[in-house]
Amino acid sequence: MSIGDEDIFREFLIESTENLDQLDRDFVALESNPTARERLGGIFRTIHTIKGTSGFLGLSKLEALTHSGESVLSRLRDGELVLTPEITSVLLSMVDGVRRILACVAVDTTEGGEDFSSIVEALDVFLKTPKAAAAQGAGSLGEILLSQGAITQEEVSAALEQQKSDPRKIGTILIERGAVKPDAVLDALSMQNDARAAVSDSSIRVDVGLLDKLMNLVGELVLTRNQILQVAAQGKDTSFVATSQRLNLITTELQEGVMKTRMQPIGNVWSKFPRVVRDIALACKKQVKLDMVGEETDLDRTIVEAIKDPLTHIVRNSVDHGIELPEVRVAQGKPSTGRLLLRAFHEGGQVNIEISDDGGGIDPEKIRQKAVSRGIISPERAQRMSDRESLGLIFMPGFSTAEKVTNVSGRGVGMDVVKTNVEKIGGTVDVQSKPGQGTTIKIKIPLTLAIIPALIVCSNDERFAIPQVSLLELVRLEGEQAMKSIESIHGAPVYRLRGNLLPLVHLNHTLGLPERSGKLEVLNIVVLRADDRQFGLVVDGVNDTEEIVVKPLGKELKGLSAFAGATIMGDGKVALILDVLGLAQRANVISEVRDRNLAGDGAGAETNEESKRAMLVFGVSRDGRMAMPLSMVARLEEFRRDGLERSGGQHVVQYRGEILPLIDLCGTLDSSDVADGDPPLQVVVYSEHGKSVGLVVERILDVVEQTASAMHRSSCPGILGSAVLAGKVTDLLDVHGVIRAQNAHFFDGASAA
Amino acid sequence: MTDTAQFCTFFVADRFFGVDVTRVQEVIRYQEMTRVPLASPVIRGLINLRGQIVTALDMRARLGLASLSAGRLPMNVVVRTDDGAVSLLVDEIGDVVEVADDCREDPPETMSAEARELISGIYKLKGQLLLVLDPERAIAEAAVRRGTEN
Repeated sequence: MSIGDEDIFREFLIESTENLDQLDRDFVALESNPTARERLGGIFRTIHTIKGTSGFLGLSKLEALTHSGESVLSRLRDGELVLTPEITSVLLSMVDGVRRILACVAVDTTEGGEDFSSIVEALDVFLKTPKAAAAQGAGSLGEILLSQGAITQEEVSAALEQQKSDPRKIGTILIERGAVKPDAVLDALSMQNDARAAVSDSSIRVDVGLLDKLMNLVGELVLTRNQILQVAAQGKDTSFVATSQRLNLITTELQEGVMKTRMQPIGNVWSKFPRVVRDIALACKKQVKLDMVGEETDLDRTIVEAIKDPLTHIVRNSVDHGIELPEVRVAQGKPSTGRLLLRAFHEGGQVNIEISDDGGGIDPEKIRQKAVSRGIISPERAQRMSDRESLGLIFMPGFSTAEKVTNVSGRGVGMDVVKTNVEKIGGTVDVQSKPGQGTTIKIKIPLTLAIIPALIVCSNDERFAIPQVSLLELVRLEGEQAMKSIESIHGAPVYRLRGNLLPLVHLNHTLGLPERSGKLEVLNIVVLRADDRQFGLVVDGVNDTEEIVVKPLGKELKGLSAFAGATIMGDGKVALILDVLGLAQRANVISEVRDRNLAGDGAGAETNEESKRAMLVFGVSRDGRMAMPLSMVARLEEFRRDGLERSGGQHVVQYRGEILPLIDLCGTLDSSDVADGDPPLQVVVYSEHGKSVGLVVERILDVVEQTASAMHRSSCPGILGSAVLAGKVTDLLDVHGVIRAQNAHFFDGASAA
Repeated sequence: MTDTAQFCTFFVADRFFGVDVTRVQEVIRYQEMTRVPLASPVIRGLINLRGQIVTALDMRARLGLASLSAGRLPMNVVVRTDDGAVSLLVDEIGDVVEVADDCREDPPETMSAEARELISGIYKLKGQLLLVLDPERAIAEAAVRRGTEN
């Protein structure tokens, strides 16, 4: 075979495959709107093109198959047949047949041994059925003219009637009958053509290998650019400097542009789901409506490839196991058509994909029983498992909740494979389900390979990128202020950020880099969020924000939790991307989160006896020491004594536009005469469910770690007990008790909320 | 006629090493590197190889030898692995040599343990010995070492 022939074959394959993908979508769309002529016409043209080319290339089997399909399609287009689900199914199987032949052609340019005569026969059946009366169908030209108000429905119908005996085009007939002006027909015809051309003009096909090559070339260009910039910086030739600056800008833009070509919208993967859902729903006799949100969410090409199979599996599962039969749904008071929602969006530097159905949901109890009967977990373990943990069992190998194995799911390729595949690209899968209401599967694919905005900081002359999503704010302290405002609590540095204690982490220290020597002139604090905890990262310098392309680290560096990947900076040098969560864990910021979360649950604060927790120690009288869990402290505030007011027999202050009731732990508020020289009131603010109360203390002493088990219980009201904290006996304040004693209704709203 | 094998050769502390030539992607001069804090000392840094980020392993450190004297810059031997390219930092590059299979022997028991685990075989050449380095093992061991240090 000559080279020219090979090129023709390849062109034919690429074009046909692309068109076939479009066909799947068109067919499914047609089912909801069986008379959409524009679509039918498109399908007809595609099949017609394949037929024509296959005849030319001598692919006789393909020609025969597409010929039958074309005949049926042409009758559909002309309104002689009305599209039914049966016809759609046969046509879709014809499309599948074409695909299989094309696959064989791609391998060795032969059509393969498969026999498609059954499909041809099935298609021919529809040709033999008597011609349906020319349906309501005005040609699309007629439709356009109608919508423009150029003619009336009666005139179109009359023209259609005449066309049956008259071979001329409808436009000609309409003009001849004087129903419409020639100009209007010409306008309508050009509109028709524009609609057809618009899609194909806006994009072209590019070989992926070529893109990768371009990417590498741009990399080389960046390096060369850097060298030229260096040379330019040394020389004195101003015109050369100007030219090299321009080269610099263009290269950067080119680099960004080429990087973006690798991104693909997730819609490319989703486009085959309408067909998948339709086929399975039909096979299971279910009614399913598929909705997709966020098709335009960009993913890297490689990730798009990697998530294709896991997503298909989940979608199949949702329809097969999730959504119930129409009768069952109606009996449960749900609409008979089930809804499957695919949602994709960028969040937190990650791509989130959610697949949710409104089906039967997953019963955690059933999962536990199944897992026990399959020997995946022991009965004892099953009893201890929470519902949430139980749902996670569906990702265990060898687990299938399907009562019976159908040809759709339950074929051994389980959710464990989904999990493995997603984790392979560094993602996570999570399942949430409410029995009777549906199931949501959430896939998070981390920033790997996606372009993200990041803050570039430097520490020890190295640059690091911090994903912008973790970034809350930047704080810059200069001179005297830098030295004074950092307080140390037992060696742990903290900064008071608007009254909140912000634990500080030194990047140099955490990464084992040498500390910067000399006096600190400036202190840069990058306030970050890890989980729901804030911390301040102290860095040597803050550069700028940049869009960076995240590249994964090699296997030999995967274990380093402090880094999420690496990126190539504008100057061609590599910079590491900090993993904020990993960094926080390394610096032990996160360990407190647990306590905080428990405290948020209300009762949790007192029950968490085994773990250490941070306690705020404060003085209440000259030598009385009290402590409360740091997690219960919302803020530390200072109030001027002359701001003190009274309301309903209580001391209050105005605070952030609200009235903050005060509880006096020292017993000095009543006796003290307001004098200007008095130190301000030290107040610990406690908040719950939007209500706050201020605890007036004499002074804040320290924050220490306490093991709650070393506590002596106390019967004294307002005091939980006492413990030795930092070498001194300290009373533990019963925060809830004290507040309740002052305001019995403080927690009422909370429990109602 | 006996079968032969081709090796890309290089020197580390005057020792003569070779890597299967089909595994070598390219050999480039010293590149600026970005250090990776917290990583094992074997991992010298990351280099930008035309847009691809490649980890550079210090072969001297890997073999338990003293580091290169100040002022001398190592060369990069970029080898292909299943997980992408990895660069081996070596002192100097030698020729590509073709050697007959029948002059190969297993490494002797008396070699240092660090070196022996990386070397898959020894070829007896005229006047010197060629130590064949197994790149997979060199990389894998580097990862393991880091794991134990943490």
